[in-house]
Amino acid sequence: MSTQPALAAGGARQKLLRWSLIGVSLLYVLILLLAPFAGIVWIALKEGFSAITDTLTRSDVTHAYYLTLIITVITVAVTTIFGVLTAWVLVRHRFFGRGFMNALVDLPFAVSPIIVGLMCVILFGRGGWFEPFFSSRGIQVIFALPSMILVTAFICIPFVIRGVAPILVELGTDEEEAAKTLGATPFKTFLRVTLPNIRWGLLYGIALSTARALGEVGAVLIVSGSIQGQTETATLYILRALEERQEAQGYLVALTLAAISVFILLGIEYLKNKRTKEQSA
Amino acid sequence: MSEQGLVLEAPRAPRPWASPGEWWGGKWGLRGLALFYLGIMVALPLAAVVSRGLSGGLSAFADAITAPVALEALKLTIGLAIATTIINAFFGTLLAYVLVRYRFPGRNIFSALVDLPFAIPTLVTGVMLVALYGPNSPVGGFLKDHGIQIAFAWPGILLALLFVTLPFIVRTVQPVLLEMDWAEEEASYVLGANGWTTFWKVILPHLRAAITGGSLLAFARALSEFGAIVIIAGNLTGKTLTAPVYIFQLTSQFKYDEAAAVSTLLFGLSFVLVLITERLLNRTGAEVL
Repeated sequence: MSTQPALAAGGARQKLLRWSLIGVSLLYVLILLLAPFAGIVWIALKEGFSAITDTLTRSDVTHAYYLTLIITVITVAVTTIFGVLTAWVLVRHRFFGRGFMNALVDLPFAVSPIIVGLMCVILFGRGGWFEPFFSSRGIQVIFALPSMILVTAFICIPFVIRGVAPILVELGTDEEEAAKTLGATPFKTFLRVTLPNIRWGLLYGIALSTARALGEVGAVLIVSGSIQGQTETATLYILRALEERQEAQGYLVALTLAAISVFILLGIEYLKNKRTKEQSA
Repeated sequence: MSEQGLVLEAPRAPRPWASPGEWWGGKWGLRGLALFYLGIMVALPLAAVVSRGLSGGLSAFADAITAPVALEALKLTIGLAIATTIINAFFGTLLAYVLVRYRFPGRNIFSALVDLPFAIPTLVTGVMLVALYGPNSPVGGFLKDHGIQIAFAWPGILLALLFVTLPFIVRTVQPVLLEMDWAEEEASYVLGANGWTTFWKVILPHLRAAITGGSLLAFARALSEFGAIVIIAGNLTGKTLTAPVYIFQLTSQFKYDEAAAVSTLLFGLSFVLVLITERLLNRTGAEVL
């Protein structure tokens, strides 16, 4: 992919243009994206090392991390399994209503997280459509873990599907048909032929959903009730800490989430390269 | 695929259900499962909000969205979303051009940085902006002394929205630029056009669909953003209260009908935008993610 054209005309002016364009874009990214990052690192670490260990060992903080971890793991597992299935059906099958299904996949991109939370409250809250069913069985959905997982899953639905589907299209069915002819069962074909071929795209989708699930706040805020030590995730803890003027703690937890995200970002960059190669291979 | 070739115990005759697409039960089972998943998880909840929003009849719906607070919030949200989209359409296109066209030291890090907003939790974005521009920070203090307020005012919201929407436009324009034939640009220079003319007449026409598509996505995202805004905005009614935060306030006051009405409007708007975007981007072959 050589994109460097050999430009003949206007050497000096081209050079000036080139460096001013690079300079302006660098400046924009530095001011918009990197400066705030530097700001939070400086403020969070200002208090010193003991403040860091004090905050990160508080019981409500560790519980918040634990809850975020649980929600993320379950959400990512569910959206991955059903995501691969849905991507498969969307790409390989032709049936009435496929276009509608395709549009449904992207809907979560268009919905504000707050609206996602509201949807869940309308369905499962007092007077909601499903409230009688669950409350008569003694299952607490709203203000509890199930609703928090539901809303996070809603938001993460598109990532795996949109990460895998284009690769399935490029892949075609040749190899799968070969496996079939050789007598492999559908499940074996998927496991041995399809899955290895889509793995980078799949991991890319998983990385994006993980990042999104870790950081979800709006939807979870509405459905969880933010009960301290019970339904308070890491992001909800940050919100409460800032409200209660415990800025140092809030900034620190925010910084740890940011650090985790940077690691995920590095993973995403690596996977994206792999995925592009997979797609063009 | 060579190293992962099929290891079969013995060649067997193909069975009638040898592929999921051919086995009737498997075919409809898979389809049904996928449809059930999307139906329960996506379609049903949305239907619930829209029907709740319209449950009081059209006049109640109209009342809810034309309440003074709601109107102010919608105006602010749409206005800031438009400003965000225009600024990032410009800088996003520029960034994509620089990333594709030029090789310079640190280009890979620069490219990764552009994806940072995809990875950083939106709430953390808001926290970072307050940390940098809040009244307690040196930068915020300096700007305040010069009469500029960013945190807890609309410039703060704008910065937050610019932050979260930047990757959308860069990542939709970039693939189109990669596919472009540079010979056209060269030809334009050789024929004596300057850089500006070349950009307007040769490069931009190729990018129009991608820029529009990316911009619409960014606009839809800016309309619905909550996490990045809730901390930096200050949420003063009529001044810095955006529509998603307003819906949040209604919900926490248990005013579900009004909340659902405003949600229906906001969702309808961004849904139409996303549908248009998909049409546009399908044509360019760009990918959203």
